[in-house]
Amino acid sequence: MINKVGRLIPDTLPGYAEVRPYSGPFAFQPSGRMAGARLRAQNPAANKVLASLEQAIDATGLKDGMTISFHHHFRNGDFVLNRVVETIARKGIKGLTLAPSSLNDINDAILPHIESGVVTAIETSGARGKLGKTISAGKLARPAIIRSHGGRARAIECGELKIDVAFIGAPCCDKAGNINGVDGPSACGSMGYAMVDAAYADKVVAITDHLVPHPAFPISIPQTQVDFVVELDSIGDPAGIASGALRISRNPRELLIAEYAAAVIEHSGYFNEGYSLQLGSGGASLAAAQFIREKMKARNIQGSFGVGGVTAPFVDMLNEGLFSVLFDTQDFDLPSIESLKNNPRHLEMSASYYANPHSGGPIVNNLDVVILSATEVDVDFNVNVITDSNGIIMGASGGHSDTAAGAKLAIVVAPLLRGRLPMVLDRVNTIVTPGETVDVIITERGLAVNPKRTDLLDRLKDTRLPVLDIRELQDIAYKMSGKPESVETSDEVVAVIEYRDGSIIDVVRKPL
Amino acid sequence: MQTLKLRRAMMFMPGNNPAMLQNAGIYGADSVIFDLEDAVSIHEKDSARQLVLQALTHFTYSCEIAIRINHIQTPYGFRDLETVLPGKPDLIRLPKAESAEEIQTVAEVIARIERECGFPDGTIKMGAAIETAKGLRQAYAIASASPRMEFLAIGGEDFIADLKTTRSKDGRELFVARSQLVLAAREAGIQAIDTVFADANDDETFLNEVRFIKQLGFDGKSVINPRQVRQVQEVFAPTEKEISHARRVLAAYQDALDRKSGVIALDGKMIDTPIVTRAERVLAYAAAVRN
Amino acid sequence: MKSITHVAQAGTVESSDILINLAPAQPQSGIQIELATPTPKQYGAQIRELIRQTLTAHGIADAVVQATDKGALDYTIKARLITAIERACAPEGGN
Repeated sequence: MINKVGRLIPDTLPGYAEVRPYSGPFAFQPSGRMAGARLRAQNPAANKVLASLEQAIDATGLKDGMTISFHHHFRNGDFVLNRVVETIARKGIKGLTLAPSSLNDINDAILPHIESGVVTAIETSGARGKLGKTISAGKLARPAIIRSHGGRARAIECGELKIDVAFIGAPCCDKAGNINGVDGPSACGSMGYAMVDAAYADKVVAITDHLVPHPAFPISIPQTQVDFVVELDSIGDPAGIASGALRISRNPRELLIAEYAAAVIEHSGYFNEGYSLQLGSGGASLAAAQFIREKMKARNIQGSFGVGGVTAPFVDMLNEGLFSVLFDTQDFDLPSIESLKNNPRHLEMSASYYANPHSGGPIVNNLDVVILSATEVDVDFNVNVITDSNGIIMGASGGHSDTAAGAKLAIVVAPLLRGRLPMVLDRVNTIVTPGETVDVIITERGLAVNPKRTDLLDRLKDTRLPVLDIRELQDIAYKMSGKPESVETSDEVVAVIEYRDGSIIDVVRKPL
Repeated sequence: MQTLKLRRAMMFMPGNNPAMLQNAGIYGADSVIFDLEDAVSIHEKDSARQLVLQALTHFTYSCEIAIRINHIQTPYGFRDLETVLPGKPDLIRLPKAESAEEIQTVAEVIARIERECGFPDGTIKMGAAIETAKGLRQAYAIASASPRMEFLAIGGEDFIADLKTTRSKDGRELFVARSQLVLAAREAGIQAIDTVFADANDDETFLNEVRFIKQLGFDGKSVINPRQVRQVQEVFAPTEKEISHARRVLAAYQDALDRKSGVIALDGKMIDTPIVTRAERVLAYAAAVRN
Repeated sequence: MKSITHVAQAGTVESSDILINLAPAQPQSGIQIELATPTPKQYGAQIRELIRQTLTAHGIADAVVQATDKGALDYTIKARLITAIERACAPEGGN
C-alpha cells in the first residue's frame, strides 16, 4: 500500500500484527488501556544486591526469544550494553530482541552476537557504524524497527514494545535500587529514556559503579521499579559519556546557517515574551543559540521554557534568566550535568513526558520553536535523518519527528551540499519526519518556507533573508554538483520506520 | 546618481582551496579576493591558478571577484595573469606595488588579453597594495597610473616589517602610512582599503580598528574571516539620522535643480557639491545594508 | 598530440578536493581510470566521463589515472586534472 507521504509499504511486516500506514501526524486515535509491568512483591528482609551480572541475568529468568532494553545516556562511553549482551551470550541464550533507546558506535562490539544468533531483532531509535551496516545488510531475522523517542515511549506504554528485562546503567544507585544520573564517575545527567523502561519492564536490573548508602538522592528512578542491583568496577567511560562544554562552532558555513535560523525565529511571529524553544545538538543548531541569545537580550524577551538534549549554551541561557525552566531528557556535556544537579529550574523529564503523542500531552506540544538538523530533505519538505545517501543506516530518529509535529515552528537546518551531494532532493532516501510538519528549511545559500505556511512567507518576505522556493534551492545545488544518479535498492525490507503514532511512514530496503 | 561600487569588506580566500572557492559568495562580502600569493606555497602556484580559473569559469558569483596575483618580479606573476585573465575576473590586485611602471605593465597585459578574449576594453579593473615605505612614497603615482585603478590598499604586516617596528594593539605605527594612503587615493579619485586584522578572536580590538579607519576616510577593509564581513559592514552602515539627513539634502538639491535655482539651502545651511556627494555616498552605503 | 612523459600528481585529499595521479601508458592502451569516491553510485559515471573528456581535449589518448575523490565538484576535478597534465608533460621540476 502507498501511505500518505507516497511511500510503498508492504501489506504485512514481521513483528506487526497489523501494518498501519502513515496517514497524517495526528490522524490516528488510540484506544484501549496502557500496559504495565508484572506485579511484584518484595519482603523487607530481601536483598536486591547480587554479586555478578551472571547471577542477575539468572534471577530475571531471561529466556530465549525475550526482549531486553537499555538506555543510551552513556552515548559513546557505554560499557553496559556490550557487557550484558556478552554475558547473556555466554549463557547460551538465543533469539533475543534488543530494544535500547538508541545505539552508538561503541556498540559495534555486539556484532559477533548478532552473527551467532544471540540477538536476532532490534528495535531502537537508530544505529551507526558497523551496526548500521549490519542492519542495512539484512543480517537480522526480521527488519529492525526504528522509533522516535516519543514513539518508543508510546510503544512501551501501550504494550507494543513489551520489555521483559531492562538493564539500566545507573551512575548513582543504592542497595534498594534508587537511581540518579548526576553523581558518580559515570554521571550522565538526565535518565529520561531509562525512566520509561524502568516503569514498564517486567524485570529491572540496575547496574552501577557507584553504590551509595540508602537513600540515594536525588531519585530519578525509584526503588519500587527495581528488582536487582549489580555493582561493577566501571559502567562507562566518562570521556565518551559527556564532553567538556560544547561550544559554538567556528565553521563559517554553520555560523551563517545559524544566523539565518535566528533571524527566521526573530521574524516568525513566535519570538515573544514567554516563547519556548528546543535546540538540537548539531553544529548549526547549537550555533544558533548564540544569535538567539543576543536577540533575546536586545529585545528584552524572556522565554518560558527550553527543551533538550541539553548543552552548555542552553544552560548559559537558563542561568542568565533568558528561560525560566529547562526540561531535560538527555545531557551532552559536563556543564549540563552540573546544572541538572544543582539548578532547581533545570528539570529532568522522561521520554514520555518529552514526546509520547498518546498521553495527556507531551511537552513538545507546548513548543513554539524547534531547530533540527537533517541528513537530507526533499522538495516536499520530508526529512531523512536515518540513512545516508547510499541507503545505509547511520543516524537516529531521535526526537526529530516528535518535536516537528509538536512545535508551532519547526526549522530544519542543513548544508546545501555535503561533499558533492545535494541535500535538497526530489525524494529523500528515507522519510523520518513528514514534510507537513516541517515549516522552514535553511541552508547557507538560502531558505525555503513550506508553501502551506503562507503566514510565515508573508512575515519573512520583507526581511533581508534569502527566501527562495524549495525548487530554486534544489536548482542551485544541482547546478553546482550535477544531478545525482539514484541509488538502487532491492525489495528486501531491512528496517521499518515507525512514525511516532505507530503507523509506518517508510521502510528501508537493502541497497544493491 | 552614479552607482558607487562598495568595497567595505574585501575577503581573502586561499586560491588553492576548493571548499572555500566554491563557497566564496555566500558570506556577503563586497569583494572576494582569490589569493594566489601568500596563501599558496611555491609548489602549488600552478594548481592554484588553474583552480581559480576553473572556479571563475564554472560559477557566477554575486559579488566582485578579485585575484591577488604574485608580484610580476617573481617567476609567477605573469603566469598568474596569463592563466586567470581569460576567466574574466572583475579585478586584479597587485601586492607590494612600488612604481607606476608596474601598474602600467600589468595594465598592458590585461588590455592584450581582454582583446584576445573579446572582452570590452577596461572590463577588468585593478587595485594595488602598498606594503613598503618606497611604495608609499609613490602612492599617488601608483594610484593614477592607469584608469583601471580602483583602489589602493595598505598591506600592514609587510609595511610594519619594512618600518622595522612591530604591530601594536591600537596600530599607532601605521597612523601616518594610513593617512598618506588615504590622501594619495583621494587625490587620484580612487578608493582606500585598510589592511587585514589577524586575530579573528579579538572582536573588540578589531571593531575599534574598523571604526578608526572609517574615521580616517577608508572605504573598507581587507578581511580574512567570514565572520568579520558582517562586523565591518555594520560599522560602515550609516545611522538612521545620517540616512534621513542625506535624503533631505538630496531632496533639497533636486528641488533647487527643478527650480533652476543656483543656491541650495537646508535648515538655513548652504549645501554645496561636497555635501551632495557625501549624501549620495551615505545612501549608497545604506542601500547596501538593506540588501 | 601531447604525451605524458612522467608520473605527476595534483590536488589534495582535503574535503571537496580530489587527488589525481597521472601516469604514462603504452601507446594504444587508452585511458584507464581507477576512481575512489564516496559517491560511486551517484556520480561515479559522471566523474569518469569528465576525466576522459578532459584528457582527450588535451590531446592525451593513453594514460593511467588514479583519482582519490573527496567530494570534489566538476570545476575542481577539471582543474586538478589539467594541472596534473601540465606537470606530467612538462620537463621535470616545472611549476
